[in-house]
Amino acid sequence: PPAHSRSDWIGPPDKHSNLRPVVFYVPPEESPLERQLREARQEAQACDQRFWARHNRAFHQEKEEFIYSRLKAKGLEMRDETGKKATLNAEEMADFYKDFLSKNFRKHMQYNRDWYKRNFTITFLMGQVALARALRWLRWKKKNVGN
Amino acid sequence: GLFVWHLKNTGVRQIPCQFVHLCHVANDRLITFQYFNFLKRMYVTQCNKDLSQRAKPKSDSVASPFRDLQQQDQEKKIIHKIRPISPIYQPLSETSSRNELREMKSAAGTEDSVTAVRAESKEDRQWKEMKLQLDDLPGILARLSKIKLTALVVSTTSAGFAMAPVPFDLTCFLLASLGTGLASCAANSINQFFEVPFDSNMNRTKNRPLVRGQISPLLAVCFAASCGVPGLALLTLGVNPLTGALGAFNIFLYTCCYTPMKRMSIANTWVGAVVGAIPPVMGWTAATGSLDAGALLLGGILYSWQFPHFNALSWGLREDYSRGGYCMMSVTHPGLCRRVALRHCLALIGLSTLAPVLDITTWTFPIISLPINLYISYLGFRFYRDADRSSSRKLFFCSLWHLPMLLLVMFSCKKSFLEKEDKGDLLGGNRGRAMEIRLP
Repeated sequence: PPAHSRSDWIGPPDKHSNLRPVVFYVPPEESPLERQLREARQEAQACDQRFWARHNRAFHQEKEEFIYSRLKAKGLEMRDETGKKATLNAEEMADFYKDFLSKNFRKHMQYNRDWYKRNFTITFLMGQVALARALRWLRWKKKNVGN
Repeated sequence: GLFVWHLKNTGVRQIPCQFVHLCHVANDRLITFQYFNFLKRMYVTQCNKDLSQRAKPKSDSVASPFRDLQQQDQEKKIIHKIRPISPIYQPLSETSSRNELREMKSAAGTEDSVTAVRAESKEDRQWKEMKLQLDDLPGILARLSKIKLTALVVSTTSAGFAMAPVPFDLTCFLLASLGTGLASCAANSINQFFEVPFDSNMNRTKNRPLVRGQISPLLAVCFAASCGVPGLALLTLGVNPLTGALGAFNIFLYTCCYTPMKRMSIANTWVGAVVGAIPPVMGWTAATGSLDAGALLLGGILYSWQFPHFNALSWGLREDYSRGGYCMMSVTHPGLCRRVALRHCLALIGLSTLAPVLDITTWTFPIISLPINLYISYLGFRFYRDADRSSSRKLFFCSLWHLPMLLLVMFSCKKSFLEKEDKGDLLGGNRGRAMEIRLP
């Protein structure tokens, strides 16, 4: 994002977490409330990034292991004659998907709770900041009109 | 995501042909065709652009990459019918997009789809300023409120209204439709608000406005409130309190029950089916002011319809659900998933037979609807037996045209309190307008 910009910038999805990183703009006259909001958003972003990057990496890794073990059981190699990567069909993968989902259920429950909490807090802070800004603008307007 | 949907393309070519044929045979069925195509475009990826071109010729010249991107967004968006399907996510990371491109190329070799994806991933890889662009706002809000899905919800509500055995009241009809539409927008916006990181991780939903940072969560909530409050007020005060209560309950059910439950238990599918069944009930209560057996029957038909529709769709999305942490029958209880789908296909036959018993339609309805109900049951049985991607795809695409056709047949067989109607009148044009013609 350009240095002179006065707003936040959002980037392309991250390779591991698939979340879009945000670069936050820190205004020079940032109020404590605005700073609280920004820090909450930064923290949330970091949490989400950590969770999903780790989770997706684990998924792909376990998927590879599963494919490998199944192929081995069938007596096949990871790559066939043409050098293409051998895959299992959807029905064979279904066991893995079911297993993975149930294994990570508790982790998801915990993340869900955290995510909902963070989401509400941040949105509420956004509301407060917006209200504060609006009041500030109104006061400035009144002062200017008075002058 | 894209790959799956592209594969579905090959299995589906015959369906639009049937429809084009139907369209030629009875061009007063234009609404059905448009309606279907409207649905089709929702489920069609840009790989299927040639299909939608039949209804709406797409200009080849692209004004700007961004506009092209938006068009692709509309075409690529896959929306669940009455209630949004749980979002699946699979973002277009560099390597995966390259793999998908390769797979798509080998699968069908449609050049324009490949370039479209490439254009989109290029757009995707840029950093964007998080400032609200006012001229993009209508598009953003449309996507936030899942406007196409909302339109379908409103049409089921109007079906419910039309089936009610009372004189047609245009103002009531419009108020009910508008109120339901607004309520649906609100519910969909809140749903997206709740699901941002999950949407990011699923290919189907990764282009949603909140995911892309085109709109702030605060604005999304304000928009939801500014739709929901007037919508519910319109329903409660402008129509009747019962409809308003149903609307409020449906919003609550969808946002506070179904959305969180998607990640907790497979029971979410049943809750979601109720969410989808309520709009026609609302249409009925808007017309009559009371919850009759007819309302419940219509609700029941839509409730049963949800299962073959959703279960078939979810069959191809198992990987995304598994990775995203969504508890869906197709992942955890695949046998149950197929059984339930079949069960409800058969239930549709039963419910159609119940309609004349409850004096809602004449006896021609179960007779005329039997072929389509049997066909979907047959596909449901194939899905149950084969449990593979092609049977799930067939069942899913069948469900897309099955519902509008069933509702249309139902309306044309409606037992009217007026003297016998000319069938031509009914089929000519909008269902609501048809009734208008008959009134003095």
